This record gives sequence, structure tokens and C-alpha cells, in this order.
Amino acid sequence: MSDLQSQDYIRRSASTMTPPMARSTEEQVAKLIDVTRCIGCKACQSACMEWNNLRQDIGHFEGSYQNPNDLSPDVWTLMKFAEYENEEGNLEWLIRKDGCMHCEDPGCLKACPAPGAIVQYANGIVDFISDKCIGCGYCVKGCPFDIPRISKKDHKSYKCTLCSDRVAVGLEPACVKACPTGAIMFGTKTDMAHWAGERIVDLKSRGFEKAGLYDPPEVGGTHVMYVLHHADKPSLYSGLPDNPRISAAVEAWKGIAKPLAMVGIALAAVVGFFHYIVKGPNEVTEEDEVQGERALEDAAEKTP
Amino acid sequence: MTNTWQDIKNANVVIVMGGNAAEAHPCGFKWVIEAKIENGAKLVVVDPRFTRTASVADYYAPIRPGTDIAFLNGVIRYLLEHDKIQHEYVRSYTNASLIVKDGFDFQDGLFTGYNEETRTYDKSTWDYDLDKDGFARSDDTWQDPRCVINLLKHHVSRYTPEMVSRICGTPQDKYLHVCELIASTSAPDRAMTSLFALGWTQHSVGAQNIRNMAMIQLLLGNIGVAGGGMNALRGHSNIQGLTDVGLLSNQMPGYMNLPTDKETDFDIYMSTRQFKPLRPGQISYYQNTRKLFVSFMKAFYGDAATQENHWAFDWLPKLDIPLYDIIKAFEMMNAGQMTGYICQGFNPLQAFPDRGKIRRGLSKLKFLVTMDPLDTETSRFWQDFGPQNPADSAKIQTEVFQLPTTCFAEENGSLVNSARWLQWHWKAAEGPGDAMSDIWIMSGIYHRLRELYRKEGGAFPDPLLNLTWKYTDPLSPDPEELAKEMNGRALADLTDATSGAVTKAGTLLDGFGQLRDDGTTSSGCWIFSGSFTEKGNQMARRDATDPREQGIAPNWAWAWPANRRILYNRASADPTGKPWNAAKPVISWNGTKWVGIDVPDYTPTLAPSAGASPFIMNDEGLGRLFARKLMAEGPFPEHYEPLESPVENPLHPKVQNNPAARVFADDRAAFGSPKNFPYVATTYRLTEHFHFWTKHALINAILQPEEFIEIGEVLAKEKGIEQGGWVKVSSKRGEVICKAYVTKRIKPLTVDGKPTHVIGVPLHWGFTGQARKGYGANTLTPSVGDANTQTPEFKAFLVNIEKTTAPVAA
Amino acid sequence: MNHPKTVIIRYTTSQRVNHWINAICFTLMVLSGLSMFHPIMFWLSNLFGGGQWTRAIHPWIGCVLMASYIGMIVQFWRANLWRQEDTAWMKSVPAVVEDDEEHIPAVGHNNAGQKLVFWSMTLLIPTLFLTGLVIWEVYFGEATSISVQRAAVLIHSTAAFLAIIIWIIHVYAGIWVRHSVRAMTQGYVTPGWAWRHHRKWLWELASGQSGKNSIRKRP
Repeated sequence: MSDLQSQDYIRRSASTMTPPMARSTEEQVAKLIDVTRCIGCKACQSACMEWNNLRQDIGHFEGSYQNPNDLSPDVWTLMKFAEYENEEGNLEWLIRKDGCMHCEDPGCLKACPAPGAIVQYANGIVDFISDKCIGCGYCVKGCPFDIPRISKKDHKSYKCTLCSDRVAVGLEPACVKACPTGAIMFGTKTDMAHWAGERIVDLKSRGFEKAGLYDPPEVGGTHVMYVLHHADKPSLYSGLPDNPRISAAVEAWKGIAKPLAMVGIALAAVVGFFHYIVKGPNEVTEEDEVQGERALEDAAEKTP
Repeated sequence: MTNTWQDIKNANVVIVMGGNAAEAHPCGFKWVIEAKIENGAKLVVVDPRFTRTASVADYYAPIRPGTDIAFLNGVIRYLLEHDKIQHEYVRSYTNASLIVKDGFDFQDGLFTGYNEETRTYDKSTWDYDLDKDGFARSDDTWQDPRCVINLLKHHVSRYTPEMVSRICGTPQDKYLHVCELIASTSAPDRAMTSLFALGWTQHSVGAQNIRNMAMIQLLLGNIGVAGGGMNALRGHSNIQGLTDVGLLSNQMPGYMNLPTDKETDFDIYMSTRQFKPLRPGQISYYQNTRKLFVSFMKAFYGDAATQENHWAFDWLPKLDIPLYDIIKAFEMMNAGQMTGYICQGFNPLQAFPDRGKIRRGLSKLKFLVTMDPLDTETSRFWQDFGPQNPADSAKIQTEVFQLPTTCFAEENGSLVNSARWLQWHWKAAEGPGDAMSDIWIMSGIYHRLRELYRKEGGAFPDPLLNLTWKYTDPLSPDPEELAKEMNGRALADLTDATSGAVTKAGTLLDGFGQLRDDGTTSSGCWIFSGSFTEKGNQMARRDATDPREQGIAPNWAWAWPANRRILYNRASADPTGKPWNAAKPVISWNGTKWVGIDVPDYTPTLAPSAGASPFIMNDEGLGRLFARKLMAEGPFPEHYEPLESPVENPLHPKVQNNPAARVFADDRAAFGSPKNFPYVATTYRLTEHFHFWTKHALINAILQPEEFIEIGEVLAKEKGIEQGGWVKVSSKRGEVICKAYVTKRIKPLTVDGKPTHVIGVPLHWGFTGQARKGYGANTLTPSVGDANTQTPEFKAFLVNIEKTTAPVAA
Repeated sequence: MNHPKTVIIRYTTSQRVNHWINAICFTLMVLSGLSMFHPIMFWLSNLFGGGQWTRAIHPWIGCVLMASYIGMIVQFWRANLWRQEDTAWMKSVPAVVEDDEEHIPAVGHNNAGQKLVFWSMTLLIPTLFLTGLVIWEVYFGEATSISVQRAAVLIHSTAAFLAIIIWIIHVYAGIWVRHSVRAMTQGYVTPGWAWRHHRKWLWELASGQSGKNSIRKRP
């Protein structure tokens, strides 16, 4: 996406300065995906393709209704279909719309080395500012949900923007507008959580004891949440992480390693510098030259 | 639909059987979700496959394709046995009490009067016992063994849970649980809606499938009420409109039938249509048929239709056979009896059964005209597209005229949706290239033909030369002009008999109530009368106000008939006029007239005490548990196996299939046996595509790019078929090579003690368009139709399957 | 200061060329690598034409560095084999830092510090190369799992940090020990330099045990 809202960032990648946040009092938004009323029609996918003008190449059938086969720079949202046989032996077809979760604590943003290539707006949306992207793929490593994809054509990283351009002018994301069964809703995070609560009561009354809201605290909560029939086993839904967290390796790399390494390097340079100031250059003395010459001459005499 | 899409939200139980609403009607399906969330409704799905609808259902039960009647007759048996019917409704509003003529019987799979040679019935005994006044005899105590409810009870007694499970393969516990959920709506304040589509129509017993559920709905008191009804979800956005204006070989607009060749004059034709009431005090709307017919003929022939020439009755074609449907048309093409074909908005090479036969038929034509916004397979049948269409162009002499047309978004007009709403739409863009509207093309053909007849005469030029054609631009009539013509006008000043109000000659009519049989009114399609009045284009209305938030917005577009949103809504109130369900009333009697949120389907001021029953389109005014003579294969539904079936009919092996199904000899020879084709196949559509159209659209092609079939894990393992691997599916008529989707969603069913495997064949891919080339499901399907409608049996047939490799071009 | 009449060739032309290819590559790797490591260093990416260029060019330079370092290994591995006196030299590091000549044992062609630089780089550069391949998005983005890439990126940074520290020590030593740079630029040292820093090497040369041809008249 291009950068339309530079005055209400709350986070900005690779930036040591406080981002402009004049409008940071905005309410947090969320998309609520109620997988229990999703029929897997892919209207969200086609709306996403139309609004964002994305056209993946025509692929092949690969053993599932899931098409295209994977997220890509041209596929920002994807219906995933999982056939699950429950304890009673009855089949459940768990259909989940996959895409960026818009984490409150975004791993992609944490990992990104390009200043301002990934930003988080005050409303919580995590957005890629493509012209600042350098295509390193660090966001891929930072993401606990395996979402960003790097384009082979322009070497930029792409993912769902939560239609930040639409939301900025008061519209709902395209997928929300297109969803025929109201399985995708959009509003303030508070309202969405409240509505999810009502849905969960209904689901429990229909025998889904473990129904619940997926808003994983490990990443500070997400701005895309799911109502799940089996909130105790998110991984049933085509591998939705049970406990998503930014990988410890990434945390170390983008956490302690950064200051430590810079201090270490600076320290080494400074120590060298002051060593020089204190000790001066290690010069070869006259005496050394004499000794050196003599050593050579002595040897020359020994050998004819 | 008897009800509306929005009305689904009022249901307590939604049963989706014979359809896959979420898959095929995702937008309308929102009302099912609404019913679940806002009304606590239970969604029940009965389908051979665990579908997208099943994925959000509260209960799913599998069923073998083509055995719905066994299931539904079993449900009727359950309801009667457990006394789960709405007694007062059944007693007052259905023909349960009426007594059937002596002589009517059912033995060994056949009703009385069967003629094996012609495969038709003499239906003379399939009727009520009439008293000396011509009224049907009845027994309100249901003691008479010949009353309908007792004959029905006897008829369904064979459909025990064991028998249902044996035929359908549905596990008994699941079947009984579905029965229980259905039965829960027999309470007067509870309703079940039945959503169905081609899953019921595309069978050799299609019409009976639907009748069967309609009978259940009558027994439960679910017809005419909010959240109830029989709701056919139409596929094409205007297929409802197609049947409404009679675009079938045996129909005229407004569900009037074309005369047969035995109806040699107007009086004979009328004599069997103006039904007299079969019960005292009853209203029988079709007594008005003469008004509807004469007004139609005035719209058709204008001044040329006169009292003297019997309103030009002689100019109508007379049918020598029940109908010239498409299966018949291709039979005739193959026999060289039909040599020219104008194919408008239709793609038979892709859409009709036994593709090989379709291709051979088209190849024998002298000329083929296709009119379509898309480059259809039919237009290209003669071209070699590799294994998916191996045509030898050099040997085909058919001259093909491919005429590109505009599509709905490129013209004004109206579409009739499933809920019978006529919704006007406005042109959004110019058509591409040389595309012209269908109206322009048809007008051009008409003028040229008329000119030829005028110049050269011909055997019978009158019907064409006398056609009225009064449009501003005769070469391209305006859609509004056509809409007004269908609505109808006064041709002379009309004075209303009761109010004395005068309708001036030339003005548009307010409704079909104004139609006359003396030639002073015209209406091109009587059921549309009221859609375009002097107040303007009612179809263009867009006021969504819904007074009771009950899914009835009377000022949004216009619904036929008479802007009525729920058909038979008189039945939503009890015999005294009080709504059965006080929380969701539709209409009620206020002491002087019928009031409510909908237009009464009844005489608006007729008091309940007058004793007329609600179903005024039937001459007895009652919902029919016994269909009288209206069905080809019997007044009660009976389970007949599909023409290609893996088992013998457990009920009556001697009458395996629908005895009244029309089967041509060459088609019969092309039926396979379970020995060579041991698996049951069924065809269907996927959400990502609309028939064979959207494969031309890039986004849809991306979302579902390539032909595949669905197969259960057990059969896949048996056959060594891998997930996503290539398979060859073959029937006696042809073979399809495509990828396999090995899924848990199809499980083997135990039918008559044997494991029966079902193979699912989605039908969207052909050889033109953006998506990858496919063979098309109709390569496999048998050429046989429903005995009443001739809708092809696409939903149940036999195939074999084996592992193979990707197809290669020869 | 008197000018010695003889000089000693310390590095051959090919060794010097190899070393400087290495040095240039390494420096570029440090500059581009740091720009992608810490935001305060991102400005360094401007040296390479911006972030995209930096990201694109860094791994290619890395490939050249790897190839060049293989050359270094071939040319220098023998000189960097550990000897007994190296252990003694290591014990006297404080004396080295203090520039306390008296207490530094005589060493051969390379002292233990130089050998450690060599062997550390011999370990670190291939590590950087291999982990770098894993995170080379353009070509190998899909070759390994994301968790492998996460480990790789952490190892890559850690190895880079160590290599930079060693590189700083190495460069500083070259600057501090006067005329070492000339040894690597012009190839020769004076006998006094050899006497002071690599006495055993001088003795070896003088006794003709090796490199007799290294002793030349001053040019």
C-alpha cells in the first residue's frame, strides 16, 4: 500500500524515533471472522482481488477447494478447507479465511530493517508501505502466522492491508462488504469482541462446548479475530497456530542482539582508538633495525 | 418459491435437501444464517455429499442419489405414526378427508391404469368420488378407508425406517433424527422451510421429489405461513422469468398450456380448463381462464383476434406429443428430422445430457444459429479442441452463425428472482464489439421471415402475418414497451361492475382482476399484470421498508401475482381467520376484511364463515396430498430407482424405474449396467462458478481453475487413486479424464446390504473460456428426463473410475 | 632513522591481491550488512544506491568474499598452523597490548593473534555464507522452512558481529603496528620490523630454512 495516513502511526519499522502520532487517539478496529457461519464461497477472495486489483495466474486443481494454492504477492486472502472427523465420528468441514492477522505486536514490523516499510496505524492496522520495502524477507521470519509473501517481480513484500485505504475513508474492508452470510464483520475491537461473545453463547447452546474467540494474547491480541467452534484446538483450522508468538530467535535477533552488537562494535573501535592515544604507534626502533640487519648478516656469513 | 428469501429467517427448521443452498445460492443463504442466529433455527442437510451447506448445518445425514422419495415417504410414515401432523390444518386445508374413486389402487409398483406399451397411465380412477352435484365426497372423521389420508397412510406403510435405510443408505439413527427435527414443526407456531433446487428436479422422478416434500409441508401446516413453504431456489437469475413467460415448448405465458392436436377448437380447449369448484362455497380461480386466454390472444394478435375467429385460436400451434423438450429436439436432430436450430442464450453441448449425442446431433444440422454474450462450446462444436472436443471439422457440414449478444448489464429489463419478484435493472455499459440485444436480433429475424411469407406465401402464413407489432422502433422494441405489453391495457373504456370506476381505453391495467374475455383487454402475461401500471414501473421500486421486520417489503420491486409475497397466505390463519402463529402473522380477518403485511391470496372481503378453503387455484380449494391426475406417474409419490441404478428396487423389482419416464430406444441402449459401471455418480455446481459462464471470467477461473471429480477415501484407496491424481471416469456414453479430489466428505453407503460408492462430478469446465480445458460432466450423463417435465436425470447415474495419466492431444 | 640496506618480502603479489579483494568485500559486507541490521545504520544503504540495492548486492558480494576467502585459506593455512610458541604468545597478550617487547616471546611468520584472526574468519565466513544462502530470499526463500531461516538469521547476525569485532582488532593491529600496512600493500618489511614482531621468522629466513629468496636489496 501507499502511505496515506502518516500522521497516525503508533509503530513504524526500523525507526528509533517516535513516529508521528498526532491522531493516535483513534479507536482500535477489528475484523471478526465467524468461521461457524462461513460457507467458504470465496466472495471475500474475489472482492479482495477486485478491490486491490490482484490477479494470480490461473493454477491447477491440487486436491482441495483451496485455490489459488497458497497466499502470494497476488493473493492476500485465501479460504482454507480442513476436513475434520470429530470425537463422535462426524465430519466437520472447517473453513477458514486466512490472511494477515494484524497483530497488536506485529512480528513483521519488529523484524523489518527498512525504516517505515511496515507501519501500524493508531487503529491497529498493520500496513506495508511498499515503496520503502527492500525485499529482504525479514517480515516473513518475523510473522508467527506465515503471511507475508515476497514478489519475484518487484521484490516487495505483500499481504492484506485490512483495506486501510477503505477504512481510512470510513468504509469496511472489501471482504467484509462482499461476505454474503455476514461471517466477516468489521468494527471497533470492543464491539467485535462483544458480538463474538453472543455468537459463542449460541454455539455453546448448539453443542460446541469449546467455542471461543481467537485473539491470541501472545502477540498482544490481533485486529483480525476468529470465532471458532473449537477454540481449544485452533490448529484444526488448517494450521492456525495454537500459541502464536514471535519466534524466540527473532526476538533475540531484533531485541537484545541489536543494541548489544552495536555497543560491542563501538566499544572495540573506541578501545582501539584510545589504546593508540595512550600507547602511540608500535614503531620499529633503530635498535631493531640494527638487530635485524645483523641477524641477516650473521646468517649470510654462515652460508657461503 | 412460495415464500421469499427474506422470509427464510422466520423458520424454526430449515431443511436443505435436493439442493445445496450455501454452495449455489450464497447470497440468499444469508437468510438461513439469519434464521439460525436470530430465530434459533436448526439447519438440517440431507445430501449425498457433505456440502458447503452441511458445513454450517446443525445436522447432516447422507443419502444415496435418486432415493429422496423413499426418504420422504418414510418421513410421512413417521409423522403419521407419531401423530406429528397439524391436525386442524390438515383437516381444513388439505384433501385428507376427500374420498377417492373406487378402482384407484396401487399394486407392485404400479397405480391403476398402466399401459406398458405406451408407458403412460389411463388416469380415470385417479380422482375423487363425486356426489350427484359434482362435489367431492368427504369424510371428516377419516373413518372411510378410501379417504385420502388413509390411502396415504397405507401407501407409505412400506417405508419403514429399515426400508428407508436399505434404499437410501442413510443410517437409521440419522434418518430418525432428521424425522424428529422435521416433526418438531407440526406445532402451529413452528415452521419449517424447504429449500431445494436441481438436486430434486434433475431426476427421472424430479417433480415427485418436490411433491413429496410439499405433502410433508401440508401435513405439518407449513404452507402459507411465515418461515414455511416450498422454496425452489432458481439457478439462473431469470430462469423463473423464463417459465413465467412460458419459454417452454408446451407452454404459453402465465402457465397456460398450448393446445394439443385433440383440442381442435377454442371451446374444446376451454372445456377442460375452467375448473368448477369441487366443493360447495369454494372459489376456483381458474374459472377465469377464458379472460386470461382472450387477453393474451389480444396482446398477441391485436385487432386480428376477434370473437369471430375465436381469438385466433386456430393460429396457435397444436402439440401432437406432450412436449418438444430439448431431449426430444436432439433425438430429432440425430434422426435427421430437425435440420435447423436457433440456440438463444443456451449452450446445449455443455448443458444437456450425453454430450456425444449432442455433438452428433449438431453435426447433422444444415444450420445452427447461436445467440450468446459468450463464446460458447455449442458455437464451436465443429472445431477440434483436442481430447476435450475431438471434432473432425472437415466432415461437418453445419453452417454456424454465431451472433454475439449483449448481456443483462448492457440493457434495461427485468429479472424475475426465485421469490417471483420482477426487479427492473438498468443498462450499465455498452455492449462490446458487434454485440446486439436479443430483442434486436429476434426482431430482425421476425421481419425477414414475415417479408418472406408475404412475398412467397407458404403453407400457413397467417400466424406470422397477423402478429401485432406496434412498437416505436419495430426493429428494436424498447424493454419498457414490452413490459407494458405484458402488464396489459384496456382496449375499450371499462366500467367496474361493483365500484363503477371507469378505466379509459388505452390505459395500463392495475391487475389481472380487470381482465375480460370479450376482447376489451389485453395482457401478454397475466401473472405480470400490475407490474407496470399508470402509476409507473412497479418493478423499479426500491423501498425496503419492511413493516413487521418479517421479510416482507411490499414496495420493493413487484412480485407476481398481484404483488403477493407469500403464496397461499390465507393458510397462515386458522379457519376462523386468526393467525396460527400470533408472533408471525401474515394476514388475518378483522371482521370485515383480510388485513396484514401481505396481499391476501384470497378474496379480500370473503369472510372465513363462508367456508371457502385457502388454495383457490385448486378447484377443491385444498392442498393436495393426493394429486389427482396431474402427475404422470401417480397421485402419490413412489420410489423408483434412477434409470441407471446399482441395485434392484427393493420395493418392487419388476418396476425398477419410473414407469412413465419417456425413454428413446437409442438412449436406452446407452444405459450402463452396474456390472460395468458399479459406482453412483451425481453432478453439481460449485460456488466459484456459474454454470459454464464464469469460466470465461478471469477471477472465477483463478478461484476454481480445473476440472475435477470428488471421490471418497475408501474407494480411492481401493482404486489406488491419489489426492489430486489423474483419473478416468467413464459411463456407457463417454469418459472424462480429470483430477481426483479424495475427500472424507463422501462416505460409502450401505445400500441393500452392499457398500455403495458415490462419485461427485462438478460440471463447470468446457473447452472455451479462461479456465483450463475440461471434458464436461454431460459427457457422462444419461439422456432421460423427468416423466412430467423432461428435466434430465443429471443427479443419479452409473460410472466406473480408474487411475490414469494426464490426457494428451491426439 | 637509518634506512636498512635490505628488505624482506612478506607477502607475494597474489597474496596481497587476494587479501585486498577480501578486505574490500568484507568492508562492503560490513557496511551493507550493518545497514540492514540496525536502523541507525540504515543510512549506509545509501552507499549502495538504497535499500533495495543493498539487499540485492549484499549476497553477491558475499559470494565473492567466500570465493576470495577460499583463496586466502589456500595461501595462508600453512602459515597459520598452531605452534608451541603461539601458546606462550597468547599468555603474553597483556604484554603485547602494553607494547612491552621484553616479555613477548619470539614468533614466526604469524603470531597467535594473527592466527586466531585467520582461523576465526575461516570459521565465520563460511558460516555467514551458508546462513546467508538460507536467507537469500530471491533464490532460496522457499528452499528451507521459515523456522530454519529464523535460526539462520540469528546465527548470521551473531557470526557477523564476531567477524566485525575480529575485523576491528585486525585492522587496528595493522594500523598500530607501524609498517604492517606496507607489508600488505607493497609486500615488504624491513629486517628491523621482522626482528621486532616476528623474530623467529627472521631467524628462519636468515638460517635459510625457508624463503631465502625473500631477502632482497632495498629497491
